[in-house]
Amino acid sequence: MADPLLSVKNLSRRFGGIVATDDLSLDVVRGELHAIIGPNGAGKTTLISQLTGQLQPNSGSIHFAGRDVTRLPAYRRSALGLARSFQITSLLKDFTAIDNVALAAQAHDGHSFRFWGNARKELHLRKAAMAAMERVGLGQRAESIVSELSHGEQRELELAVALASKPQMLVLDEPMAGLGVTESARMVKLLRELRREVTIVLVEHDMDAVFALADRITVLVYGRVIACDVPAAIRQNPEVRRAYLGDQQVVTHHG
Amino acid sequence: MTVMFNVRSVVWALVIVSLMLLPLYSSVSGNIFILTLFTRIVIFALAAVSLNLIMGYGGMMSFGHAAYLGIGGYAVGILAYEGIGSGFIQWPVALLASALFALVIGALSLRTRGVYFIMITLAFAQMAYYIASGMARYGGDDGLTIYKRSDFGGLINLSDRTQFYYVCLACLFGGIYLVWRIVNSRFGLVVQGVRSNEQRMEAIGFHANRYRLVCFVISGMMCGLAGALLATNTDFVSPSIMYWTRSGDLMVMVILGGIGSLFGPVIGTILFLVLEESLSQVTEFSGIIIGPLLLLIVLFARGGIDGWLGRLRRG
Amino acid sequence: MLLVVEQLLNGLQFGLLLFLLAAGLTLVFGIMDFVNLAHGSLYMMGAYFAATFAAWTGSFIIGIVLALGATLLLGMVLEYVALRHLYGRDHLDQVLGTFGLILFFNDAVRLIWGPAGLSLPLPAWLTVPIQIVPGVFYPSYRLAIIAVSLVVAALLYLVVMRTRVGMLIRAGASNREMIGALGINIRLLFTLVFGLGAALAGLAGLMQAPILTVQIGMGENILILAFVIIVIGGIGSIRGAFLAAIFVGMIDTLGRAYAPDLLRHLLSPTAASTAAPALSSMLIYLLMAIVLVVRPEGLFPASKR
Repeated sequence: MADPLLSVKNLSRRFGGIVATDDLSLDVVRGELHAIIGPNGAGKTTLISQLTGQLQPNSGSIHFAGRDVTRLPAYRRSALGLARSFQITSLLKDFTAIDNVALAAQAHDGHSFRFWGNARKELHLRKAAMAAMERVGLGQRAESIVSELSHGEQRELELAVALASKPQMLVLDEPMAGLGVTESARMVKLLRELRREVTIVLVEHDMDAVFALADRITVLVYGRVIACDVPAAIRQNPEVRRAYLGDQQVVTHHG
Repeated sequence: MTVMFNVRSVVWALVIVSLMLLPLYSSVSGNIFILTLFTRIVIFALAAVSLNLIMGYGGMMSFGHAAYLGIGGYAVGILAYEGIGSGFIQWPVALLASALFALVIGALSLRTRGVYFIMITLAFAQMAYYIASGMARYGGDDGLTIYKRSDFGGLINLSDRTQFYYVCLACLFGGIYLVWRIVNSRFGLVVQGVRSNEQRMEAIGFHANRYRLVCFVISGMMCGLAGALLATNTDFVSPSIMYWTRSGDLMVMVILGGIGSLFGPVIGTILFLVLEESLSQVTEFSGIIIGPLLLLIVLFARGGIDGWLGRLRRG
Repeated sequence: MLLVVEQLLNGLQFGLLLFLLAAGLTLVFGIMDFVNLAHGSLYMMGAYFAATFAAWTGSFIIGIVLALGATLLLGMVLEYVALRHLYGRDHLDQVLGTFGLILFFNDAVRLIWGPAGLSLPLPAWLTVPIQIVPGVFYPSYRLAIIAVSLVVAALLYLVVMRTRVGMLIRAGASNREMIGALGINIRLLFTLVFGLGAALAGLAGLMQAPILTVQIGMGENILILAFVIIVIGGIGSIRGAFLAAIFVGMIDTLGRAYAPDLLRHLLSPTAASTAAPALSSMLIYLLMAIVLVVRPEGLFPASKR
């Protein structure tokens, strides 16, 4: 496959004696929805944090959009169009929902060393933020304080924040975590729409969602890639079944 | 800020009007003492407002803010001592020196977080304190008397009690206005966002420490201005205005009034200094009352006076 | 050369004293995550108690023992009445609340004992200089301080490293939830540790009392030094506090002893005598700044939080 948007080569990260990422290589092609699955402790969040710059790898390289970003701090990667959502909702809890989103838009609209004008009156930022809010179905809750939003709404807001920075790639860390059935269904619907506009890396435990959405799936065990293929092939892969899916019936009952 | 008619806005308006009319009252009643006291209060309020900018909005708990009082004060004092009497030189130098100090210690301190940040800012302020104590030419521990106040070429006369008071008041109102603009600006939103969740702000593309540092420098300059005013007010500057308990006093003023509130520090300063002054007239052991009071305020009155005023509106 | 030996011993003595103060602070900080500015006030109270009790009883030793008990008690009462309500608050609240306590203690002492300082005279047997190496005499009292401090430091080490309480203390410093999960009476443990810290501070204060005058505010400068030490050593680490305390004690003492001579080459004599004490005080803060810039969590961080 040509033109990988994200290319990870021989990435390793250790914590003391534990190898959380073990000589891992991975390509994500522009336009695809690439899911990463694996049992608990497989090092999924560690991998994501290295992709988006919260964590530095011990060795290996990460290229994004043709640039070596291995040593770039998170804020520089964000400027290049790499946006992430967090597994544990990580918003500005004492800010309004729309302020959260508008700040993301602001980050990608020139510098912020402007001390005088009222940022909340910059219409283009507000409009961009509102568009992202409506995109995830939160248009009505724009002026609510984040801590007053429901868990599901906060997950959607995470997504709106990521979208507002107009990213080339969205890295989503378990967007469905803690969601109820209806909320999950809404999230799947939303992701299905978004994947037409932006390349997505999705880490998720909800197998129904993963197999319904993904173009390709990478399976991680103990920080190592044991398989990377289209969903149908992953489902048939004996090593995956043994290492990870063997004890779950999800695979068989879902078409 | 709400423009609603509520207890809080009424109190603010009353405070502003009273501060503006104070010299009038002082001259009508012949009570010069109150003007002297309130000149001091207004100056410290400016320092508290500047501390509130980093502490309340930026989440940076500086325990060394009194250093800028000394730097601003010594800039004016030393220049006067060396025969440079023009305020147009003295005051910009005071601001620049404060900015420079803030830039250097900010860049180093902001590598740490939490209680380490509290302690490292304290350490730097203590260093400034000892530097001042060691300057034999400028009086060392005994301090430096300023024999002639800054000369602004007839534009304003700082030696006139009332004029000087209004200069201080203008600086305070200017400072508050500046903070208000900053807090609502792009820059201010970023700084407050970083206080709320640094990791998130980095993830959406902000270099958190760069914004923190600029905020730290602005605050240091404002406090340096307060230091220049303070030295002028007493015609004297000594290392003791940089002592760590003075930094503690400033923190108390901010917390007492309401951290992260625009006018809170002003109200906190008035309360703290008036209380200190009136207690000192009743007893020389004011700490026995102020100390436990402080503890009680910390324990039971979160959000300070301003937070309490804000809640009154509904109740 | 002989003078150097004496200065080194002085540095060691001051460093050990600082360690006693810092040990209590770092324990309280490490286990309860509590910043106690009033620790310096306990140091001061130890000195005042000792001077008072020694004058009442006419005995230096009885005075000291009573003073130790009194500071221990005062620390536990303080913890029970006021400070335990500040656990779990953010550090700023703790800094302010205990800052209030400093104001209180300073004026309470002024009210009770008056503004003038007290003195704690030494018994005769502690005033004889002792010959430590041929030709070098050293005050026996300072040697006694070194001995007592070393014994206390060793005891503290044994308690923290070898006993059940010590295990809980160490567990608390690295993982606060764990001791809760073990079903220990945390409140009692905290009160005990706080009392222990207070007694250590009081011990430092009363041992320093015969050397300096007992006066209001004596706890403040040294408290800041103790904070510098625990920050350099890494919060919650007894070992870090010990090494940093010796280091700081040496720098402070040697700086005061030799900086004037060094500066005299550069400055006029009067300027040098003003600048020298300032310089040696500054050195310590400079050291702390360097440590924090290079290792933002101190030299020996107790654990990853």
